[in-house]
Amino acid sequence: MLEELRFPFDSDMIMLSKKKLLRKLKESESGGIPLRIAVFGGSTTSDIVKVLELFLRDRGIIPTFWESEYNMYFNDAVFPSEELISFKPELAFIHTSYRNIEETPDVLESENSVGEKLSREYSRFERMWDSISEKFGCPIIQNNFELPPQRLLGNREAGCSYGMVDFITRLNERLYGYAKTHKGFYIHDINYLAASYGLYKWHEERHWHMYKYALSVDAIPTFAYSLSKIICSVLGRNKKVIALDLDNTLWGGVIGDDGQAGIEIGNETSVGQSFLRLQKYLKEFKKLGVLLTVCSKNDPENALEGLNHPDGVLRPEDFACIKANWDEKWRNLEETARELNLLPESIVFVDDNPAERAIVRAQLPEVTVLDFDTPEECIMAIDGCGFFETTNLSEDDSRRAEMYRENAERAALEKQFASYEDFLASLEMRAQITDFEPVHIPRITQLTNKSNQFNLTTKRFTQEEMERTAKSPEYIRLCGRLTDKFGDNGIVSVVIGKTDGEKLHMELWLMSCRVLKRKMEYAMLNELVDSAKKRGIKEIFGYYLPTKKNGMVKELYGEFGFEKVSEDENQTVWKLDVEGFEPIETQIKVNEGE
Amino acid sequence: MGREVVRKRLTEVFRDVFDDDSIVLTDNTTANDIEAWDSLEHISLISAVEKEFRMRFTMKEVSGMKNVGEMISIVAERAKK
Repeated sequence: MLEELRFPFDSDMIMLSKKKLLRKLKESESGGIPLRIAVFGGSTTSDIVKVLELFLRDRGIIPTFWESEYNMYFNDAVFPSEELISFKPELAFIHTSYRNIEETPDVLESENSVGEKLSREYSRFERMWDSISEKFGCPIIQNNFELPPQRLLGNREAGCSYGMVDFITRLNERLYGYAKTHKGFYIHDINYLAASYGLYKWHEERHWHMYKYALSVDAIPTFAYSLSKIICSVLGRNKKVIALDLDNTLWGGVIGDDGQAGIEIGNETSVGQSFLRLQKYLKEFKKLGVLLTVCSKNDPENALEGLNHPDGVLRPEDFACIKANWDEKWRNLEETARELNLLPESIVFVDDNPAERAIVRAQLPEVTVLDFDTPEECIMAIDGCGFFETTNLSEDDSRRAEMYRENAERAALEKQFASYEDFLASLEMRAQITDFEPVHIPRITQLTNKSNQFNLTTKRFTQEEMERTAKSPEYIRLCGRLTDKFGDNGIVSVVIGKTDGEKLHMELWLMSCRVLKRKMEYAMLNELVDSAKKRGIKEIFGYYLPTKKNGMVKELYGEFGFEKVSEDENQTVWKLDVEGFEPIETQIKVNEGE
Repeated sequence: MGREVVRKRLTEVFRDVFDDDSIVLTDNTTANDIEAWDSLEHISLISAVEKEFRMRFTMKEVSGMKNVGEMISIVAERAKK
């Protein structure tokens, strides 16, 4: 990630140097997820798009844009041009603002009449969304409406049926209603953004009159960053772990020196309250599927003593992993990533000590490090960075922390068995390995786009592409769900092969690292070969496309019994003769009823 | 503020905005002389110049400036730092 784009960034610098920053990003890039974004603008969008591109590239997304002609957003959405159709948008962004409200209420207008205006205004938008969904089937991001800077009726603008504040509030509610009932429709909350930026600063009238920007040019980086959070989240680019220091981060004072009675946490003092507020805030992240870990220079028993303070709320069991020792923190973070089977780039490191932050930045640049001094600032830093932006919350997400704890229990159990096979058998594993069901497509897409390590081709799919693949008779598709006596791991593996006569070419083979070494990959292979046989396939071709991250599966097809056909720096090709294949034994019961 | 001081600082702003270190500004330089200087980049440029010199152009000035020389005159008169 580019230093210059790190939150909280210098907006003026970004606006000044955006060309140079784009060049720097392109120079340091190594692949990324391509994404075609259609921008339907009710006002000027050109610099918004340019700055958005910076933030997206910084997070590994390579966008190409189509922009509607100035203020033609409605026509372009409802009657798309050939150009837009052939662009095949994978994401639609509707950039409208209060200035695009065509019918505003008049002073003393009757409640009924205002209500009709509101309905007409809303219908216009609904028609666009429906049209985009129908024609392109892609996710839609829609700005809500921000408040105008001036209020003719003053405070009465709110709570009076012909007041503009009232009108905008009700219009926004209608937008939210649509969002609640439509998957893949996301509100970009510029009402919040404008308020937090400062409404007067946000509405730079000169920039509207001169350039038709609906917001101050100075606010564009803030706007674009906020928008990029939604896009990154939709594409599964969120971070997964908050690694926390303890002393003076989660409580005031040093537990090793001050003892449990000496640290400040809880409602007794104002300082204690601010740390308690932070602990409560962090605890909520567990519900979003974000893992909390500890990374602290402390004796382990002292760390536990601090976390068991009666007035605190974060407890040792809230953490997926606790590293309390005197090693370098970056080594502990590496270790944490390894234990959780995640990449260091999934981690956000939170430490009040600037020196520790600097060392981690230098030694482990993949880890994101937040800057703050006080607990209040810490909350703002986590809240503002947007690395945990929630767009699609699945049941798997809310269970994630639990799943990792179950993994820890499995690890403890493993030690009690004489052989690894005995251990696997004791897990009582059951798998459902089936074709893609429509209800599973979001999870399949999410898993596909965030798996980096156990991923043979690292091919990425938008939800729409995945839906198309799911319907096409050309493909053999399998998704695998693994359950054991400790719990349900959810969908953990996805396999897609394209048929070509009697050949099958594997376009995708991936698995969540949460279930490494459970022989789930063999269960998937057995099912694949079985499906292939039923389709009259004679040969299966496997492809390994190396990346920086997927070294662990370099020889996977070899382990499967494929023979190597060719190998160069871009890919290794493997081949399996279906007739000669003997199913590989696993300790997993596959598709044996629910 | 002297015109030469303004020109020197203005040159740096132009080089940043257009990401081109070869830019040299004379009084007669216009948008036609700098390839990347189109109406959209003009917005970034005006904003950046306002930031650099802590001043604001009026709307009339933004649409009326014919060349860099005129921009230097306005800035030289009104720059705050």
